[in-house]
Amino acid sequence: MTGLRIGIDVGGTNTDAVVVDSGGLVLAVHKTATTPDVLDGIRAAVAAVLTEVDPAAVTQVMLGTTHPINAVIRRQDLAKVGILRIAAPATLSVPPLADWPSDLADVVRGHVRIIHGGHEYEGSEINPLDEVAVRAFAEECRDQVAAVAVTGVTSPANPDHELRAARIITETLGPAYPVTMGHEVGGLGLLERENSAVLNAALRFVGEGIVNALDQVLRTHRLTADIFLTQNDGTLLAAAEAARKPIMTIGSGPTNSMRGAAHLSGLADAIVIDVGGTSADVGLLVDGFPRVSAMAVEIGGVRTNYRMPDLISIGLGGGTVVRAEPELAVGPDSVGYQLVNRARVFGGDTLTLSDISVLAGRADIGDRDRAAGIAPSLVDAAIGWVDDRIQVLADRIKAARRDLPLVAVGGGAHLIPGSIPGVSQVYRHEHAGVANAIGAAIAEVSGTVDRAFQFSDSSREACLDQAKNAAIDAAVRAGADPGRVRITLVNEIPMAYLPGASARVQVKAVGPLMERR
Amino acid sequence: MTQITLDDVEDLALGAVVLGTGGGGDPYLAKIMLREAISRHGPIEVVDAADLDPDGLLLPIALVGAPTVIVEKFPNGGEAEQVLRALEGHLGRTGVAVLPLENGGMNSLFPLVVAAELGLPCVDGDSIRRAFPQIELTLFTLAGLSTTPMTLADVKGNYVFFDTVDNAMAEKLARACAVEMGMMAVMSAYAITAGEFVEYGANGSLTYCLEIGRRVRAVQRGEPGAYEEFLRYCEAEVVFTGKLVDIERHTTGGWARGTVTLEHLDDPARAMRVEIQNENLIAFEDGEAKVTVPDLITLIDTETAVPMTTENLAYGQRLHVLAMPALPQWHTPAGLALAGPRAFGYDLDYVPFGGAR
Repeated sequence: MTGLRIGIDVGGTNTDAVVVDSGGLVLAVHKTATTPDVLDGIRAAVAAVLTEVDPAAVTQVMLGTTHPINAVIRRQDLAKVGILRIAAPATLSVPPLADWPSDLADVVRGHVRIIHGGHEYEGSEINPLDEVAVRAFAEECRDQVAAVAVTGVTSPANPDHELRAARIITETLGPAYPVTMGHEVGGLGLLERENSAVLNAALRFVGEGIVNALDQVLRTHRLTADIFLTQNDGTLLAAAEAARKPIMTIGSGPTNSMRGAAHLSGLADAIVIDVGGTSADVGLLVDGFPRVSAMAVEIGGVRTNYRMPDLISIGLGGGTVVRAEPELAVGPDSVGYQLVNRARVFGGDTLTLSDISVLAGRADIGDRDRAAGIAPSLVDAAIGWVDDRIQVLADRIKAARRDLPLVAVGGGAHLIPGSIPGVSQVYRHEHAGVANAIGAAIAEVSGTVDRAFQFSDSSREACLDQAKNAAIDAAVRAGADPGRVRITLVNEIPMAYLPGASARVQVKAVGPLMERR
Repeated sequence: MTQITLDDVEDLALGAVVLGTGGGGDPYLAKIMLREAISRHGPIEVVDAADLDPDGLLLPIALVGAPTVIVEKFPNGGEAEQVLRALEGHLGRTGVAVLPLENGGMNSLFPLVVAAELGLPCVDGDSIRRAFPQIELTLFTLAGLSTTPMTLADVKGNYVFFDTVDNAMAEKLARACAVEMGMMAVMSAYAITAGEFVEYGANGSLTYCLEIGRRVRAVQRGEPGAYEEFLRYCEAEVVFTGKLVDIERHTTGGWARGTVTLEHLDDPARAMRVEIQNENLIAFEDGEAKVTVPDLITLIDTETAVPMTTENLAYGQRLHVLAMPALPQWHTPAGLALAGPRAFGYDLDYVPFGGAR
């Protein structure tokens, strides 16, 4: 057997690892607690699943991890960044990092300069790039910063000034100062793209650290597999790219979970409810990918233009505390990771939704007798509360009224009833508890385009084709099988208020990884 | 006289989206600019035009262009001073206060930034009390005032002075010029005195915007009775509550047109269609117009009470369709001829809704 993939998901509570074969069949599963040094958990999980398969058959390892987001939230291990904006005289009214939390800005802000250059919306120069200023900036950064972020106005449409500035900086300082270019990590929206570029540069040590450490883990097992990290959109970044662009991996957890649900159920359009210990998250699968939120997301208090899965969360989980007096009250507090000692069925003294689920016959965990003595009327009332909430959640996430199937995943999935109004069928799977690691293991690669186009009505199709081809090329460069790449997103947003047909066009192409060998 | 402080910025931005009726641009960037300006120059004085010398010259100001471009290439901060100094030079007079031209979207906040930079107060008012997409759609045009003298400046330092025969021509020329300026420019037009503004302008609209924002925030905090108070203050009606099931966008002749379809939350047989041309213009239920321009149509999330710009709409959102009356001047025959449904190309008459009757 060959072509096996290890998928690893590091979450806040658990680190999960799975092995799947090239057909997507799950061969091994391991769940372990996330450790203070996250790598210990990864090491343990990989060691455990490798006892069940032939390590020599493993060709690819995919990791989704909370390392980068934790680094930003805790302001730890972040590099000082030299920040160059190519825009003057435009944009001088708002300096870089203007809207950042001040403590984070203080940690990250190295040298800052706004220089002449950048492009108009149709791609022509606002001003020529001030190369002398780029060199001066580079010299000022020497020994003062550990990484550089370069962002030019309208660089998604024309990256020329960013590319030239990056080349000059590398010529001046050498490769020890990695340069992040805005067009590599963000779409239209200068401040958001600049924020992403600066965060990415600040995460250089974290990115390199993850890739190197995972490499070490694989070496101990004598694996020569290729390493990938999962991105926010559920597709893969090769190790070298991930080390350079850690920001692209910062929110992959929920996406992996939903992609795993799609894989386990075989459904492309479905509601997914992930019930954990404390909360339930509902999302919507459209064509096999999570529907994304319309709102820009903040990372550690910094606005970016990344789109994350559109999730609705409520306080309903396996550890949610149930009180009978003075009247039925469910949650919102939870025993969380202490479920395994504090729930009644596990010998504890706290009544939880897991106990209710056991008594209602939905779950078969722990010792049912330990929860005996709970009034059937209380069980009925609590399970009724759960069913109402699940029904509302399922309905809220749907875009249209027609019935949709629902995939139940996560450790608390047993709480989800077998029949729900508005839901055509409830899918469960024995591996639903590790859907996130499975989502990482089966991830594909992608290429994206996000730029402004100007077109008369006659050339609109040609522009869209050009964007689609550019996205497909990018996916193939990222390792996709050229014969199996497909366009998964075409978004055309007209520009308001001024004549001339101009639109922002976003296109994504996705395809399975080319088999190695 | 009141002051705008850092604490007011968030509320103003929320009110700005409500008065933007889907258009006018996301005020996020203007919000950062305003915070920067207040941090640098201190709180900004806001004055009633009636408290100024009636002969005092007001300095009208607005940011014009495509919101999608402005988020890439935003002002350098010197454009407004350039257009206003040019205006003062032309008139041979010095202004006493900055006057917002529009109150909705980015332009609810931008004039405050200009006031801070020039060290002048900002007038509590504007020329519309909502967002409109063309420079001639103002109460000033209704009052027979001219856009001339009008000036436009770009980020590079180019500036153009316009002397036009009528306000519609001013709009055409300004639009053509803004395109050449890279779809982002700062404009001054309709220079008038404080006395004229008291008579013809939308007095108190800045306070109105701020108070709307405060009430939206109270709703977002979940304060009891906050929704009722918000609706009462705006004289607004919830004409429909539904789930966004379809959104279609396209561009024709410089207009970002679109249609949003909502399916009623309680009665799936009911559907509402909102027609968009940069702003939300007409709300139809079963082919019948329920709310029409110049009244305001604002979509607001039922769960989070976030008012929505057109760019932020997405499938599955649950939204209230709010109808808010425009100022009474817009309901006159002249007001409707200038900015009623027919002025935007719809073959239908203005339909008053409850709050506007």
